[in-house]
Amino acid sequence: MSNPNPKPEELVQIGYQPPSKDWMDPSVEFRKGTFCYSALPKNLNYLGLPNAREWQPFDEDWKLPPDWKQIILDGMKERLEKYRSFRLFMDICVRCGACADKCHFYLGSGDPKNMPVLRAELMRSIYRRYFTPAGRLLGPLAATPLAGGRELTEDVVKEWFYYFYQCTECRRCSVFCPYGIDTAEITMIGRELLNLIGCNINWVLEPAANCFRTGNHLGIQPHGFKDSLDFAVDELEELTGIRVDASINRKGAEVLFIVPSADYFGTPHYYTFLGYLALLHEIGLDYTFSAFASEGGNFGLFNSHEMIKRLNAKVYAEARRLGVKWILGGECGHMWRVLHQYMDTMNGPADFLEAPVSPVTGTRFENARSTKMVHICEFTADLIHEGKLRLDPARNNRWTVTFHDSCNPARAMGLLEEPRYILRSVCQRFHEMPENTIREQTFCCGSGSGLGTDENFEMRMRGGLPRANAVRYVKEKYGVNLLACICAIDKATLPPLLEYWVPGVEVAGIHELVGNALVMRGEKPRSTDLRGEPLVELEAAHA
Amino acid sequence: MTRLLSASATVLAIALAAALAGSLEGVRTVLAVAVPYAAFAVLVLGLSWRVVRWSLAPVPFRIPTVCGQQKSLPWIASSRLESPHTTAGVIGRMALEILAFRSLFRNTGSRLERGPRLVYREARWLWLAALLFHWSLLVILLRHLRLLVEPVPTLALVLDRLDGFFQVGAPVVYLSDGLILVSLTYLLQRRVRNPQVRYISLFTDYFALVLLGAIAVSGMWMRYFARADTVAIKQFAIGLTVFRPAVPANLGDWFFVHLALVATLAAYLPFSKLVHLGGVFLSPTRNLANNNRMKRHLNPWNYPVKVHTYQEWEQEFHDKMAAAGLPLERP
Ligand code: HEM
Ligand code: SF4
Ligand code: SF4
Repeated sequence: MSNPNPKPEELVQIGYQPPSKDWMDPSVEFRKGTFCYSALPKNLNYLGLPNAREWQPFDEDWKLPPDWKQIILDGMKERLEKYRSFRLFMDICVRCGACADKCHFYLGSGDPKNMPVLRAELMRSIYRRYFTPAGRLLGPLAATPLAGGRELTEDVVKEWFYYFYQCTECRRCSVFCPYGIDTAEITMIGRELLNLIGCNINWVLEPAANCFRTGNHLGIQPHGFKDSLDFAVDELEELTGIRVDASINRKGAEVLFIVPSADYFGTPHYYTFLGYLALLHEIGLDYTFSAFASEGGNFGLFNSHEMIKRLNAKVYAEARRLGVKWILGGECGHMWRVLHQYMDTMNGPADFLEAPVSPVTGTRFENARSTKMVHICEFTADLIHEGKLRLDPARNNRWTVTFHDSCNPARAMGLLEEPRYILRSVCQRFHEMPENTIREQTFCCGSGSGLGTDENFEMRMRGGLPRANAVRYVKEKYGVNLLACICAIDKATLPPLLEYWVPGVEVAGIHELVGNALVMRGEKPRSTDLRGEPLVELEAAHA
Repeated sequence: MTRLLSASATVLAIALAAALAGSLEGVRTVLAVAVPYAAFAVLVLGLSWRVVRWSLAPVPFRIPTVCGQQKSLPWIASSRLESPHTTAGVIGRMALEILAFRSLFRNTGSRLERGPRLVYREARWLWLAALLFHWSLLVILLRHLRLLVEPVPTLALVLDRLDGFFQVGAPVVYLSDGLILVSLTYLLQRRVRNPQVRYISLFTDYFALVLLGAIAVSGMWMRYFARADTVAIKQFAIGLTVFRPAVPANLGDWFFVHLALVATLAAYLPFSKLVHLGGVFLSPTRNLANNNRMKRHLNPWNYPVKVHTYQEWEQEFHDKMAAAGLPLERP
């Protein structure tokens, strides 16, 4: 990067006093470090999205199509008719401000347009001007501060781009709003509208294009997928002395296992991947991976509802082709928002599958009886509870652990106790962060929804401040040195965040810790954990 | 500040115009008869139009904001109200939202201290003031039945007794009157004094508060100081409700002010944020069950999209897959 990143001491000089400039003034400054670069034309073209071109947000001319304004207004009209959420959230906000300081981007930046209510007002002011009776009656007169409307101008488009890509769709604001107004929903629609005129970011579109073509975000082709899987099998053998069997595209397996692609390519995700392999081998699950559905994540969620459906289609398609009974899903946040809240509606019904039953415990996952997809934390918690695993939590004694609820498993699913139950079973020292920073009130990593790019570094550190701060609290109080989580984006973006704000705390997936603690039949005496680090004998265990 | 001032000026202008109109022989009947009917019609039609529009818009996805443990394994206690998976649970959740402002109760305040250290504290004043305001409003509205219906409904009588319970002497000072003044004052000063809330406040936010305050004040003035002739007012009000309006001469200026402001509120409500009174029931993040994986939700406009099929995919990577020994549909 050309200019060095600001230091934490500089970044934390945050002023919460709103500026004198009225918020209705749309002008924004695209300052390096606070926005993401535009999507490359090749990615738009591959996906068949409009207005592919070379441009950057800091350019004066965004090369919008000539009728861009009509496109946006038509797009708004269409969506007001298709989404009750959108119309209602445009209408009923009382601007009480309860959501204002609930957004991590506001807390970390002090920019008033990062208050969820104002983020929504950026859209609402256009709604008031063009779609309400008063707005239509008064016309341009409605575009005054007194009337609360604004004209739709290019500056507004730029402002939308800046602030709708400064929202991680984490839905924390919605928890506190007396009407449940979900600014993420407005951001999603806002991005969809921007998408209609070709204003998108590469960090969303490139993974989406890759995923559409190869089956995963990273663009790993099937033979590459096999290589990484083989590599992991070898590595696990070295660590445990056990050679596990991990098949790909095997027809007739009982279960299809789908994970985010970062699990087999990123660090520290990879150790979680080893954990899955060890666990599923130990219990003898008849499962297969798929190189076609080699990605559970879905960056369509950060682009448009249509793109969610396009990318998600392969999950059921592949389950049907392979003839499995049900589907198991790995640790990932936004992936589970899609699987839990969208998949069945969009690409179901999955009537060719069976209601999931754990072949090991006989437990029927009634909660997944329609979608037929089970979260691995549900699956593992059940195994532990039924006493099917031999666990030696002392093998995780290197760590004092806390748990970060990822936004989507928490606020879209309510998957709160399962991971905690597993953690308490596989490690000895576990401490919660303060109450209003976990569970449904959890703070985002600050880099979700496709914003985890290097060029957006400053804004990510700002957005991650509340999370990092809570980690720091338990680090100082209990000596926490590991932040466990169940999200692939978290695993990629929390390490730099913690290094920035709370050096000395590492990040791991739950199933890495499961893999460490799991005593496998016939394993060699383990001298290291899955990271290859020596196991620590804990004196404190006697105290 | 201009927004607060212009909102207050607008309300004042309406009040003065009403007082003037009430004192003019010919105009008085229009104000007392045509305006309330018109305003009431706008309220009913406008509100129905809003609710119908919302209802016509489909709910394509089931998107509850989950605020508690999901229903999953039998031995994990699920949160029936914060993450309801049954209709009864959803009704409970909505009841808590509407009757007790559950979500607002979660409110916290945050402060950045040196260190840096972000600290949060409970911030329930907004919740308390909002709750007091709305409940007082409801009680006051119901108490008005005393003036509109003969014989007086038992509910109105009971409320009257309870609300006036703490007072001796006449006229009875109602608890709800005091509370609505205090809570409205709190809400208004919060809008003005809290820099963030002031920054987001629009004309309409001040207008709603000032208008409600003015209605309350004019009503109380009539009751406690101007000592309006309630027999005449009741006669007039009942006349309106049975569509045989008659306008007695002795209603008083303050009554016209009160009436005009209420009419303004009624006509304004459907076109303002005050429609939250209907909208809150329809919010899809609150009124849907978190049973997504148990029961399929239907999207009426679900349309086919362009996907990348397995066959296309295998075709593109066929040779590489064959070389790597991966199973193929077409070997
Ligand atoms: C089902 C009925 C209703 C519910 C559940 C409800 C709920 C709420 C809630 C939770 C708030 C946010 C807290 C606050 O800012 O005070 C609010 C604000 C407000 N409500 Fe209601 N409300 C209802 C009916 C009404 C009615 C009938 C009116 C008046 C005609 C009204 C007037 C207001 C006003 C003026 C505010 C904004 C207060 C401010 O500016 O700070 N509400 N309502
Ligand atoms: S909490 Fe809800 S009603 Fe209040 S300002 Fe925020 S979005 Fe609007
Ligand atoms: S969804 Fe999250 S990031 Fe977006 S406005 Fe709400 S709190 Fe902020």
